[in-house]
Amino acid sequence: MLSIVEIDRGTPKATSKKTVSLDIDGRTVTVPEGTSVMRAAAQAGIHIPKLCATEMVDAFGSCRLCLVEIEGRKGYPASCTTPVAEGMKVVTQNEKLGHLRRGVMELYISDHPLDCLTCPANGHCELQDMAGVVGLREVRYGYDGENHVYAQTKDGEANPRFVAKDESNPYFAFDPSKCIVCSRCVRACDEVQGTFALTIQGRGFDSKVAASQDDRFLDSECVSCGACVQACPTATLSEKSLIDKGQAEHSVVTTCAYCGVGCSFRAEMKGEDIVRMVPDMDGKANHGHSCVKGRFAIGYATHPDRITTPMIREKITDPWRVVSWEQAIDHVASEFKRIQKQHGKFAVGGITSSRCTNEETYLVQKLVRAAFGNNNVDTCARVCHSPTGYGLKSTLGESAGTQDFDSIEQTDVVLVMGSNPTDAHPVFGSKMKQRLRQGAKLIVIDPRGIDLVRTPHVQADFHLKLRPGTNVAMLNALAHVIVTEGLVDEAFVAERCEKAAFDKWRAFIAEERNSPEAQAAELGVPAEQVRGAARLYATGGNAAIYYGLGVTEHAQGSTAVMGIANLAMATGNLGREGVGVNPMRGQNNVQGSCDMGSFPHEFPGYRHVGDAEVRADFENAWGVPLHDEPGLRIPNMFEAALDGSFLGLYVEGEDIAQSDPNTQHVTAALQAMECIVVQDLFLNETAKYAHVFLPGTSFLEKDGTFTNAERRVSRVRKVMEPRCRYADWEVTQLLSNAMGYPMHYAHPSEIMDEIARLTPTFTNMSFDKIDQLGSVQWPCNDEHPDGTPVMHVGEFVRGQGRFMLTEYVPTSEKVNAKHPLILTTGRILSQYNVGAQTRRTANVMWHDEDLLEIHPHDADERGIRDGDWVGIESRAGDTVLRAKIAERMQPGVVYTTFHFPGSGANVITTENSDWATNCPEYKVTAVQVTRVEQPSAWQQRHEAFSERQRELLEQSRHAAADAP
Amino acid sequence: MNIEHLTTMVNDISHYFAAEPDHDAAVQGIADHLRKFWDPVMRKQILAHLEAGGEGLEPLSREAVERLGVMQKSEAAA
Repeated sequence: MLSIVEIDRGTPKATSKKTVSLDIDGRTVTVPEGTSVMRAAAQAGIHIPKLCATEMVDAFGSCRLCLVEIEGRKGYPASCTTPVAEGMKVVTQNEKLGHLRRGVMELYISDHPLDCLTCPANGHCELQDMAGVVGLREVRYGYDGENHVYAQTKDGEANPRFVAKDESNPYFAFDPSKCIVCSRCVRACDEVQGTFALTIQGRGFDSKVAASQDDRFLDSECVSCGACVQACPTATLSEKSLIDKGQAEHSVVTTCAYCGVGCSFRAEMKGEDIVRMVPDMDGKANHGHSCVKGRFAIGYATHPDRITTPMIREKITDPWRVVSWEQAIDHVASEFKRIQKQHGKFAVGGITSSRCTNEETYLVQKLVRAAFGNNNVDTCARVCHSPTGYGLKSTLGESAGTQDFDSIEQTDVVLVMGSNPTDAHPVFGSKMKQRLRQGAKLIVIDPRGIDLVRTPHVQADFHLKLRPGTNVAMLNALAHVIVTEGLVDEAFVAERCEKAAFDKWRAFIAEERNSPEAQAAELGVPAEQVRGAARLYATGGNAAIYYGLGVTEHAQGSTAVMGIANLAMATGNLGREGVGVNPMRGQNNVQGSCDMGSFPHEFPGYRHVGDAEVRADFENAWGVPLHDEPGLRIPNMFEAALDGSFLGLYVEGEDIAQSDPNTQHVTAALQAMECIVVQDLFLNETAKYAHVFLPGTSFLEKDGTFTNAERRVSRVRKVMEPRCRYADWEVTQLLSNAMGYPMHYAHPSEIMDEIARLTPTFTNMSFDKIDQLGSVQWPCNDEHPDGTPVMHVGEFVRGQGRFMLTEYVPTSEKVNAKHPLILTTGRILSQYNVGAQTRRTANVMWHDEDLLEIHPHDADERGIRDGDWVGIESRAGDTVLRAKIAERMQPGVVYTTFHFPGSGANVITTENSDWATNCPEYKVTAVQVTRVEQPSAWQQRHEAFSERQRELLEQSRHAAADAP
Repeated sequence: MNIEHLTTMVNDISHYFAAEPDHDAAVQGIADHLRKFWDPVMRKQILAHLEAGGEGLEPLSREAVERLGVMQKSEAAA
């Protein structure tokens, strides 16, 4: 079912700049060339009856309901498949057309149940609507003949055509008895999602929709994106929530709180109850598409694990005590003041969240800088994309991706490095696959055979399956080929880049030691493949690089980002559509949290705290003197805690005890602190070490903005009241007031107005502007009043682009006899980050534990079979997971995800980090893997500790329930 | 803070700058990086470590930390 508020014009929008005028029912209509007659009519307010057409997918022309008459043409062409032509004269309704349409509908209805009143689609069923529109009054064929509707024939025998309802998918049901075989679901799966899981099986009256080889949906290749459910014109494919709750009555546009794609959604509501989430056709990041997480996995927001009252305790071994907001806030303020009095003002700090809004993030860093009086503020981007900030700022001058997502429509060569878009950024992954199916070339640089390497109608031209930790050697080898084979875009470099830096880089990169041949053994990739990929990238037309945490989370993460920028500059692939450098952001607001001044060394807008002029602006606006030295990064905070010099931490919406490397080091640091304040939806791993718990709000309960990977600032809109009384920004404000630094914002829009006043790249940004345009990509200022889809046009943000030297320095994390394998980590489609949200949804049906993927050869050598318990040991620690034998791994490399706290993936990862930013080297850990019989000692301790913390929480809940 | 970690961090930074053909620019690059991104307490600790012999600091790191000390002294004097 489509959105309850969107008007479907039947076929996709045409993009031609040339327009065509035609006559439809006597009205003159002017539309872009390539528009269908159906869409042109819709634009004129004439809605031609249709069933198989929707603007989600290309026209198909199968239902024959949208027939029209066109002057001078024979017969009755389908208006969905007929493009407009200059001077065309179209009649959309007359007696003959009405007769034909009634005949078509009569056939449809003769094989369709008549249970409209109790049908989930009732009220928004397109079949029902069309029956009404065409004036169907009788079905002469009766209902007793051959059909797909009834389980039994009228003789009481089993009906061989009947297929029972498939309710295997946790989120939607498939009821074939209601199917009209319009193929919209099949086409949505092919064209929109690109999974090709659905098919029409059989011919003629035997035709039916089938998932994979006629499997149950859950067992098929279906990735549960829901495009088919959205496309279905009847109740054949329906959300289970719609079946349970009935039709929504209003719809609110908001932004998804999962990955960095930042999809726009319509929350379709009844009162404060969400009936379903429908991706917004007008959403510029997703154009009406979604993934299983954004569309379906929102149950966490109302999960019983939500904690909605503040709690405090003296020691982490005490039971929690439920207290009022006033008590909790006073307690935090008095503890932080006490710590600062006893140990100095630098003894406390805060961590902002990439899951919270820009306004909330901005307030937390303001609290730290203005109320705490120091710069000890950091954010989870420390552990994901901090090298992107450093690397892109050094080379191009701005810490952000250069393009919008739609730019890929103009791309000829897609280079994906250390990113797994079909799992981690699925909606953009689908868009990328659309472009690849149109013929764009593909280079994948990844140690694993990710799905994109070979997926229906997509085959990578090059998969450089390098050894983990050799990214910089690979980028240098690619650049070496470009420089030594004369593939540099000399004109671009001469015009746009610093000459001295380029000359130095060219001499460096041309050295023989950087050649693919010299690096072949190190990379584990044949030199010819590297040369081929470099030639394709440099000469294949518009080339765009998409990279992820497989690039940044290394000891040389920042160097690799600079290497990527160097490649793009050397080949002139910057500053226009179709090219660029695109960091794929993990969480919804990683870009925003970085933009909002979450790093300890810089104010909002990436300006160093040591810059006196910038600091003066903030001091004037905030009315307090500000510290001019960088503060502690997250890992520095841990070290300082173990030293006894850092004792109070305010953590908003982050789970450092699960997501940060070397868990035992982190938890030791947390235990050394005196006041840890966790503000979150759930009692997460970090909260188990906390002294104060402040309940957080989900994205559904507050107003604000998120900024996605393309710098797109979109609105988050409150669709229900906060379950815990206050939105997160209000909590920070209360805390600031209690600390003695007044904040008096009445609405998040006022916070955005302050951001705009103080940040040159946000000068013209406001909630009004975003509401007016739908979303806005920063920079948004007088130079770019409506935002900036493509950056660095004509000139780089820093003026001239700067090539940076990128010496390959092998990581110190080396395999040896004791630890002969390399562990690398990542995520999968159905789960998200630490899993706090997705683990509390039916998404666990696809992934209910983290597994260790291991190549058959390595498994064989160790006597490991699929499903065995295996111990994974590094120099930092050890844990136990179940093994999954996987051909997509290369020998010598094992892989796991970190979605479940008990897996202890980060017990194994080490303190090694990126030289420039201290982003952890999550992607390379030397390990040994052996068969074992029981969980690791850490896991047993963790389970006992978690059990104890659950008891302490239960005790507080009982105490609260017993209280008068 | 764990001085071994701080030492490793400085060495990691110098490994990046080691590729710089102009030796003085490399030393300055490292010192600037420390000045710009390290908390003052961390800088104080690494300077004290150098004073105490600087065990574990590689030659380029050592020069850079020395340079950092000079920079900070002149800043303080200014």
